[in-house]
Amino acid sequence: MSTENDPMAEIRASFFVECEELLEALQDSLQIMDDGAEDSETINVVFRAVHSIKGGAGAFGLDALVRFAHRYETVMDEVRTGRMEADADALKVFFQCADHLSDLVRHSRDGGADPAEQSNTLLTRLNALMGEEGGPTESEPEPEIEFQPMGLALDLAPLNDGSLDDLLDLDALPPLGDLPDLPPLALNAPKTYTLHFAPEQELFETGNEPYLLLRALHELGTAQVTCDTSRLPPQQSLTPEQPYLSWTIELETEAEEAEILSVFEFVDGLCTLKLTSGDSDDMPSDLPQMLPADQTTPTSTPEPPTAIEPAPSPAPQPAAPAAPPKTQPPSAAAAVKSVVRVDLDRIERLVNLVGELVINQAMLSQSLEDANLPPHGDAISGLEEFQRLTRDIQDSVMMIRAQPVKSLFQRMSRIIREASAAVDKDVRLHTEGEATEVDKTVIERLADPLTHMIRNAVDHGLEKPADRIAAGKPPEGQVKLTAAHRSGRVIIEVSDDGAGINRPRVLQIAIDKGLIPADSQLSDSEIDNLLFLPGFSTASTVSDLSGRGVGMDVVRTAIQALGGRIAITSIPGEGTSFSISLPLTLAVLDGMVIDTAGETLVVPLNLVVETLTFAASEVSMIRPGQHVVRVRGAFVPVVDLGAELGYRAPLTDFEGAVALLIVHENGSRAALMIDNILDQRQVVIKGLDDGFFRAAGIAAATILGDGQIALILDPSDIITNAAQHPQEPLQAGVSA
Amino acid sequence: MTEHDSPTTIELLTFQLAGQEYSLDIMSVREIRSWTRATPLPHAPACMRGVINLRGTVLPVMDLGERLGLPPREQSDRAVIIVVTHGDSMTGLLVDAVSDIIALTRDDLQPPPDMANGAATGMVSALTLIDERMVRVLDLAATVSLQEGLAA
Repeated sequence: MSTENDPMAEIRASFFVECEELLEALQDSLQIMDDGAEDSETINVVFRAVHSIKGGAGAFGLDALVRFAHRYETVMDEVRTGRMEADADALKVFFQCADHLSDLVRHSRDGGADPAEQSNTLLTRLNALMGEEGGPTESEPEPEIEFQPMGLALDLAPLNDGSLDDLLDLDALPPLGDLPDLPPLALNAPKTYTLHFAPEQELFETGNEPYLLLRALHELGTAQVTCDTSRLPPQQSLTPEQPYLSWTIELETEAEEAEILSVFEFVDGLCTLKLTSGDSDDMPSDLPQMLPADQTTPTSTPEPPTAIEPAPSPAPQPAAPAAPPKTQPPSAAAAVKSVVRVDLDRIERLVNLVGELVINQAMLSQSLEDANLPPHGDAISGLEEFQRLTRDIQDSVMMIRAQPVKSLFQRMSRIIREASAAVDKDVRLHTEGEATEVDKTVIERLADPLTHMIRNAVDHGLEKPADRIAAGKPPEGQVKLTAAHRSGRVIIEVSDDGAGINRPRVLQIAIDKGLIPADSQLSDSEIDNLLFLPGFSTASTVSDLSGRGVGMDVVRTAIQALGGRIAITSIPGEGTSFSISLPLTLAVLDGMVIDTAGETLVVPLNLVVETLTFAASEVSMIRPGQHVVRVRGAFVPVVDLGAELGYRAPLTDFEGAVALLIVHENGSRAALMIDNILDQRQVVIKGLDDGFFRAAGIAAATILGDGQIALILDPSDIITNAAQHPQEPLQAGVSA
Repeated sequence: MTEHDSPTTIELLTFQLAGQEYSLDIMSVREIRSWTRATPLPHAPACMRGVINLRGTVLPVMDLGERLGLPPREQSDRAVIIVVTHGDSMTGLLVDAVSDIIALTRDDLQPPPDMANGAATGMVSALTLIDERMVRVLDLAATVSLQEGLAA
């Protein structure tokens, strides 16, 4: 089915959104199982996730997805019922299957290369887990047989293909007694209910089908169905739309009344329904009264894809009785919160409007200032209130765009699995701070660089198992991925416990490739930073894994494009750690508005530690063009901003000069010499066109109250550049 | 030059640079603005005049005369910024003055003579005669692309 001009497209889209959530829950639960912390509910979550994906896929005729999910689900059912144990090997396969399931979902959504081959490989592996011989095809023709509890959902696919007409034919109705029964569940003692069900004409007119309802009842327990044909007229006067039949069902089940009634949720008011409990004879209850009580099973709430089609609605039902609605703590919390899905465009619009509001407010305060109003007058205090509100609105809007990095980290755990399998290393991923929230765009654009770094860690960072044992380490390598908020920025760290950077080799490669002169004397950290030079790749053999012609320079460029920075630390024998520091949002920042050489510039406030005024005696020259200033006993390098940006010649007289003490990510400090501090305010970040020209030391631009554009500095970049002036070859790499 | 679908007729915006006449396909011209001071970008090539505020968007402005390697001259009072779109991005082109809009057929365009003569080579895609004056038609993509000579 094509997505264009398809009335189903929207439903389909929401199915895929749902799939993403289910896949996330699936990954989570598998991870819990892998950590050995599972309870009976964990496996149920896995099972339900796979099952729901299959159910939805069936409704959309995504056969490949259904086929795979079906088999996966069958195996998970084995685990759930305790017939099979989920040991480490099995879990490995389960993880692969979960990955593949998400591939299939993506394939169904976006098209692209058909992952059928991988399907077959994994199906074979799943079969092997079940102790079955042979490929997947053998067991496929009659999946229902091994799949008794859930047979319903698979049957739905053909039903949606318009075969409802056939089913309306009385003769074609399959004997209900042949339907599979649920294996008895020992939740509570089975009760006997008598259910009288008489459809009214509207039931047929709205496309409902008694057969499906009866079959759903079968899923709840043992049902004896008697059909009352007494009202059936002679054939020549039979009107197909008229309801002539009614049914009496003796149902033996553990399910609650509300659960039984929820089967009929979609035919509410379209039929006469009488439910009598066998234990207490006189409790006839009408559907409308009972339905509000159906709060017990959130999982049975019909999902968006199925809600439109009344017929499939019983599909999610069967899973519910077996699994009481008690999910993993994190997902449970998420489920309780009520959530609105909003088109991202609308949020973008809101963000832009708030941006305009901030600029507007800046202009307003400028004109009020120009008007020379009394400092404590109504206008000024009103403006202060306005500023506070603007800031609150801004924070709230940014919160809308913020997302936990969890989804990103989950993708990385998949990368680890694939990467470690490719290079034959045992790797365990530890994650921390998954709940850390970052702007959605940042998360999206972080995926590629982070993937590359993770692959690097597995491929280059960690040693081969034999080498690890020789070095006295456990054979299983550890990769750690952490996220945290630190002083207004997000810090994401990727670290491994591998051998660390082989500095002599890095240095040799850089010299061999002509990236630095052969006689370069570099500090350890400078050698580490050679990894970021374009054209540098340490892999002596280009492996399939990370040797894809993408170096760390691309990673750094991607991080810089997000307004972030990346730093590297390495301890020989103990491992390497990459630290990415990112702004929380891409839209606004608190800035210090300064003036240098007649240009107005903005310095991100979070990097400014303090402001200084020099006395000439405090500044001393180390060598021509390089000065340090004494700040409370410590020598701090001086960077002349005007000269560094090429706006004017370097100053020679430092008496009375104003400087900002800037702290670098790695903790080092520098004094950024400027002419004047003008203001301190929030500025809206306007990106500079990337493809056009990327100015070194400039992070972005903003529009000031007077309508002029001011550039937003990246002080760390400027200071790094300035520090590396004497080493010409390095500079090329840094300013790229 | 951004082609538009009209098979035979083409409209050109003509403008002056150092006393010479140049033109651009009018379909790529978005608007014309009077000159406002641009905020200079550090370490930018000489032809980059900086960025200006175009109704909330940061618009890079390029000195077209400098870009084409024309002799330096006083900025005239009639200097304007032609805002052009190319692909997804916009650029402002600083020119001495805007002259006219002319319509002609594609047959009136002649390929420039194949002479390797300096910076403007490749940026002029065609020549045409209007009232005995030669007008150069610029290749916008080649003009605004700063790739060559800018590998930072």
